[in-house]
Amino acid sequence: MLLVPCPHCGPRNASDMSYGGEPHSRPDPNTTSPEEWRTYLYLRDNKSGWITENWYCSSGCRKHFKLERHTLTGELRNPPLPGNKTGGHK
Amino acid sequence: MTTRLPVQPNEVIDRSKPLTFTWNGKKMRGFEGDTIVSAILANGEHVISRSMKYHRPRGVLTADFWDPNTSVQVGDEPNVRAAHRHLVSGMAVSAQNVWPSLKYDAKAASGLVGRFLTAGFYYKTFMKPAKMWPTYERVLARFAPGGKVDLDTPHGYHDKRYAHPDVVVAGGGPAGIAAAIEAARAGASVILVEHEHALGGHLRWGSNDDGDALAGLLAEAESAGVEILTDSTVTGRYEDNWLAIAQRNHPVAVERLIKARAKVLVVAPGLIERPYVFAGNDLPGVMTSGAVRRLITMYAIKPGTRAVVLTANESGDTAIDELEGAGIEVVKVIDARTGASVTKAIGSKSRVKAVTCSDDSIVDADLLVTATGWTAPTSLLNMSGDRPVYDPSVARFFADSPPDNVLTTGGIAGDGTRHELIAHGRSTGALAASRAVVARHRIQAATARAVAVDGSEPTYPDDTRTPLGRDPHPELFRSTSHGMVDFSEDISSKDIFGAAAEGFDSVELLKRFTTATMGPSQGKLETVNTVALLAEARGETISEVGTTVWRPPYAPIALGALAGRVFEPVRLSSIQPWHEANGSTPILAGQWVRPEHYGDPQQEVRNTRANVGITDVTPLGKLDLQGPDVAKLLSQLYTNKWMQLAVGSVRYGIMCAEDGVVLDDGVTGRLGDDHYLMTTTSSGAGGVWNWIENWLQTEHPEWQVHVTPVTTGLTSINVAGPRSRELMSRLVGDDIDLDPDAFRYMQVRTGTIAGVKDCVVWRIGFTGELSFEIHVPSGHGLHVWKTLLEQGESLGVAPFGLEAQRIMRLEKGHFIVGQDTDGLSKAPTTGMIGLLKLDKDDWAGKPEVTWALEGDYPRIVAIQPTDPSIVPEEACQILRDGTKEIVGRITSSRFSPTLDRAVCLGQVTAEFADPGTTLTVQLVNGERITARVMEHHAHFDPEGERLRG
Repeated sequence: MLLVPCPHCGPRNASDMSYGGEPHSRPDPNTTSPEEWRTYLYLRDNKSGWITENWYCSSGCRKHFKLERHTLTGELRNPPLPGNKTGGHK
Repeated sequence: MTTRLPVQPNEVIDRSKPLTFTWNGKKMRGFEGDTIVSAILANGEHVISRSMKYHRPRGVLTADFWDPNTSVQVGDEPNVRAAHRHLVSGMAVSAQNVWPSLKYDAKAASGLVGRFLTAGFYYKTFMKPAKMWPTYERVLARFAPGGKVDLDTPHGYHDKRYAHPDVVVAGGGPAGIAAAIEAARAGASVILVEHEHALGGHLRWGSNDDGDALAGLLAEAESAGVEILTDSTVTGRYEDNWLAIAQRNHPVAVERLIKARAKVLVVAPGLIERPYVFAGNDLPGVMTSGAVRRLITMYAIKPGTRAVVLTANESGDTAIDELEGAGIEVVKVIDARTGASVTKAIGSKSRVKAVTCSDDSIVDADLLVTATGWTAPTSLLNMSGDRPVYDPSVARFFADSPPDNVLTTGGIAGDGTRHELIAHGRSTGALAASRAVVARHRIQAATARAVAVDGSEPTYPDDTRTPLGRDPHPELFRSTSHGMVDFSEDISSKDIFGAAAEGFDSVELLKRFTTATMGPSQGKLETVNTVALLAEARGETISEVGTTVWRPPYAPIALGALAGRVFEPVRLSSIQPWHEANGSTPILAGQWVRPEHYGDPQQEVRNTRANVGITDVTPLGKLDLQGPDVAKLLSQLYTNKWMQLAVGSVRYGIMCAEDGVVLDDGVTGRLGDDHYLMTTTSSGAGGVWNWIENWLQTEHPEWQVHVTPVTTGLTSINVAGPRSRELMSRLVGDDIDLDPDAFRYMQVRTGTIAGVKDCVVWRIGFTGELSFEIHVPSGHGLHVWKTLLEQGESLGVAPFGLEAQRIMRLEKGHFIVGQDTDGLSKAPTTGMIGLLKLDKDDWAGKPEVTWALEGDYPRIVAIQPTDPSIVPEEACQILRDGTKEIVGRITSSRFSPTLDRAVCLGQVTAEFADPGTTLTVQLVNGERITARVMEHHAHFDPEGERLRG
C-alpha cells in the first residue's frame, strides 16, 4: 500500500485517504455543453509519468491537498510550494 | 519396520515424548518434533500421495515446506503440507486424491490417462459445444485434486496485527539472523521472520560446528532484542515496504496476518534446491540432497538402503558422508561437474529399484539423491519492482537493482563460507538500521508538529558492504531423457517442448497454457527448470527467454487470516440500553444498531396514527454549520433556494452529485443568523461531510463556513401522532411556544426539553403525522426518552421502531435515497420537479439535471396492487404486459395497517408513469399481477392535513 505524504499528518497509508484524481477545472454550469461537462466529469489524461492529483486526508486532518505521482514507478512527492523551486521532499 | 536411526547429534525430535497418530487409518507412532512426513517415513512407508493428473505414486522429494508430493488431509483440514507441519498427538492423517486407496489407485491405470492429459488437453477438448459445459464441469470436478473441505468445520479464530518495525528480515538463516542482530544492536526495532519452525537455515542440518555457531547467533539475537517469528512467512511486499506476514504459530489464532510497514526490508530467504529433470525423476526414492540431509540429521530417518548420488556441489558431496554415516550404502557417485549424469530412474511398483547412468551402466539402488543446483527465491525482489538477472556461470538469478529500502543477504546475494555469510549479514543489518534512521527522520520531518525535529537529516548511507562471492556451478536442468518439471501439476519436459512447438513460446504464455509453476509450490522448484527447458526448445539462453514474475503470496495464506478480525466499529444511540431492556429486536443499519421493532410494528403504526409514538432517530446524520457563508454553501449543495431561509425555519432539500444523480436529502434548519443544523440520511452522513469539505476547500476556499459533525453528539427523537403536541407541552420549558400559530410546520425552535437546555426541536413529519423532531445533547438523550414515556402514559404513548417508521413513510410516499433511487437516478426521477431551481445560478449537478429534464427519465411513482393482499417483494420487476420487456421495478413495498392494503413505490419509465396506468408486476415465484399507478406519491393523507395540524 502506498504511503501518501499528507502535508499535515506526514506519510500515512493510502487507505487513510480518499483519492480525488487529477484536478480539473469546473466549467461554468450555465454555459457549458454536454461534451465539455462530461469531459470534466469523466475524462482524464491518464498519462505516463509525473501527474498532479488531488488527495483528501479523510481519516486524518481532512485537508484536501495536491500531490505529484509518477504513474510508472508509484513515486509520490509534494508539489513545489510557493517560493520553493526544488519541490517538496519525497 | 522402522527406519528411525540411532540418536543423531543435531536431531530435532524429542524421543522422550512419543506421539501416536493414524495414517490412512493405520495406527503409527512418532515423536514430538517430527513432521507428519518424517513420522510416516519412520514407520516404514514411503508413498505419501498420488500425483494430480496421472495419479502416479509420489514420495518425499525435498522434505520441506515446498515438497510438492506431501499434501495430506489432517482430520477436516485439507492440503496440509506434511513435510512442514509438526506432528500432533491423535492426528488422523490420510492421503488425498486417491481412490480407492493410496496403494491401489484406479486412475493410475494411468499411462492410459497420461496420453490424453498433455498440456492444453482441457482447453482443446472441453470447449465445444458450449451447452455441454455443465456436463464437462461435473466430470472434471471429479478429477480435481486436493483434499476434502468439510463444510461443518467450525470457524477458527483468526487475527490481524499492525506493526511498524524499522527493519524486517525475511529469512532466519545465518545471514538473516546476523542482519537482525546487527540492526537491533544499532537501535532499530527488528522483526526476524523465519519460514521454518526454528531459526538456522542450513546450519540446522549442517556440521557440529554449524550447530555451535547457530547456538551463538541465537543467544546474540535474544540479547539484542530481536522479535523472532518462526513458522511465519513474509508472503507479500507491496509499495513502500508494506509487508504481509503470515504467522502460523500464533498461540491463539489459527493464523495471524501481520501488516508491517517496515522502513527497510532485508531479503534473506536462502536458496531452494532444484530438482533435476530425467526419466523417472518423480519415483519415490528420488530426492534432493537437502531432503536426505534433513531427514537424516534433523529427524534421524534412514531414507533408503542403497544410494546413487548425482552431485554437482558441496551439498551433494556432504550428503555422501551423511548417507554413509547413516548406514546407507552409497553404491555409485556420479560427479555432474565432470559431465556425467543419470538418464533414468527405473521403478518397481512404487519405488526406485535401479538407476541408468549416462555411461549406460545400470546400478541397483532404492535411493537416488540429486544435488544439481540452486534456485534463488527472488519473489520479494520481484514484488519490490526488481527484475532479477540470470548469471549462467552460477546457474541462478541475482538481484538487479532493488530499491534502496530493500537489501539482500545470504544465499540470494551470493555464496560464501558460514563466516562470510554471517559477516555479510552483519554489515547488511548495520546498513539497514542506518537507512531506517534516515527514513524515520524523513517521516518526522514531513509531519506537522509543535516541536521541531532534532537536527538536520542524517547523510543517506551508501552501500559499502563487501559483496559475497559467486561460486561457479554447472548449468544442470535436464538429462538426455524426459521427466517431470512441475511435480504438483504433473507437467513433464515433453509438455514444455510440445507447448513451445505449438507456439506458446513466451515464458508467460507457456506458464499459463501448461500451468507449469502454478501449483502449490508456486514455482519455487519449477520456475527455473521451466525457463531453462523453454530456452532449450527455442535454442536460446535463459537470459534471452527471461523469467516469469513472482507475485504474492510467497507462501499460501489462509483466507481466514486475510479476513481476520473485523475492525468495523458499531455505533449505538444513547437510548440503546433502554431499547435492549424493553424487548426491541435489533437490526444493523450501516454501522448502527437500531431497534427494528418492539414486537408488533403494525400495532406501533396504528398507535402512532391514533395516539402518539416516539422513535429513536439518532443515526440521522447531523452537521452543525456556522459562518457568514452557510447560505451560499447550502445553495451550492441543494437543488432548491436557501438565501432567504428565515431564522427559525427549516427546509427540505435534495443534493445531487455533479452527474445529476441524487446524492442525499434531508432537512436543514436555520438556528441563528450564522448558525444552521443540517440533517442527512443515516448512511449519507459521512459522505455529505466529505462533499461539503470538498466544496469548501477546493472550489470555494473564500467561503467562511465551519462544519462540525454532531451526529453522535445529539440524540434525536421523533415524537409523532395526533397527540404529540400535547405530549410535548408537558416537557418543554417556557422558552418554546408550541401554539400552532407560533410554531408552525417546517419551523425550528431551540430551548429546554425535560429540563435539558440547548435542545433543538423542529416540526417536520416523515411519518405524515403532526410531529416534532427533537435533538438533545446525547448525555441527556436517555433521560428525555424516559420522560417522554412517563409524561405520555395517559396519552397512550408507545415507542416505535425502524420498521414502523418505514411503513409510515411509505404510506406517505416519501422516497429513500439509495432505496427508491439508485446510482443512475438523477434528480428529476424523484418527482420533486418544483425543487429543481434552474433559475438559480449554480448548484452541484445543475447542467445534468437541466438536460435530464429535457428528455425522458424514469419516474418514482406510488403503486398499489389490484389485489390489496399481495405485497410484491422489493426489486420485483415491472414488465410490459404480455412481454418480457422490463419497464420498471418495485423499490419499496409494505402492507399498510392504516389503509389495510399493500402499498408500494416503484421506478417506471415515463411511458408507464401516468396516474391510473395499469402495470404488470412479476412476483418472485414468476406469477404476474396487476397494479395501478397512483395520482400522488402519498398513499395516505395526500393533502398533508394531519402533519400541518
